[in-house]
Amino acid sequence: MSEFFAMGGYAAFVWPSYGIAFGVMAGLLVWAWTSARNGEAEVERLRAAGIDPRRRQAGEGVQG
Amino acid sequence: MHRFANPTRFLRLANAVLPWLGAAAVLLLGVGLWMALLRSPADYQQGETVRIMYVHVPAAWLAMAVYSTLAIASAAFLIWKHPLADLAARAASPIGAAFTVVALATGALWGQPMWGTWWVWDARLTSVLVLLFLYLGHIALTNAFDDPERGGRAGAVLALVGVVNLPIIKFSVDWWNTLHQPASVLRMGGSTIDPAMLTPLFVMAGGYVAVFAVALILRIRALYAERRLRQLRLSLPDA
Repeated sequence: MSEFFAMGGYAAFVWPSYGIAFGVMAGLLVWAWTSARNGEAEVERLRAAGIDPRRRQAGEGVQG
Repeated sequence: MHRFANPTRFLRLANAVLPWLGAAAVLLLGVGLWMALLRSPADYQQGETVRIMYVHVPAAWLAMAVYSTLAIASAAFLIWKHPLADLAARAASPIGAAFTVVALATGALWGQPMWGTWWVWDARLTSVLVLLFLYLGHIALTNAFDDPERGGRAGAVLALVGVVNLPIIKFSVDWWNTLHQPASVLRMGGSTIDPAMLTPLFVMAGGYVAVFAVALILRIRALYAERRLRQLRLSLPDA
């Protein structure tokens, strides 16, 4: 087991690599998730208050 | 294709595939980790440091693939002026920057034990650093205008000009002398890597792609909500 963690003497390079790769990807996903959740919750809050952002946009037209 | 350019329709489709993409990411990265750390052999020259390859190479691939996504979305935005293409481009650049940072950082951690240096100003490393600056420039430029339409257009032009960097990154190891090894997986005449190392590499790369797709969908949702809020505030008389 300790042999596994020692990585043939290269533990100081192998483990930080995995830590950075998975840490950055986890951070990216958490940020993307919370930003989507917060933004959509705010839209929902305003809509519940009787203001519909989507209806306000009507007339601008949806291209496509 | 234009059918899916409607944000509501796109988001319905995207949200339907989102749980599957999330499951694929967990599964592929889990299996990839197990294969990369436990099942694959050490290299006869590089020893255990070869395991850095499994997190470094997919990050470098994704850094370039995300830029292609950014460029395609930018071209679509300039041609059809579709707001969803603008959102996709804006969503892509921070994700691409994240993968580029991973590629550079893990590359340094691999370079130190194998080359004896964290960094060298050669063509491959420098062109990837330029890629990071292109992403950061795109983020800054798209947000530098009060009018999102103008910001989107300026960012799209930058993204398309930056496409010239992609072949430079890819072929830098052939065109110039470098410490970086030449292409060994995606090369003419087949891969020079043993299947025992190639399989974990592709499994891990699949996991990275799934992470990219999940992050892209979530960021498009966030930017779409942001835009709706902005339009709402502009439409309020007391805003």
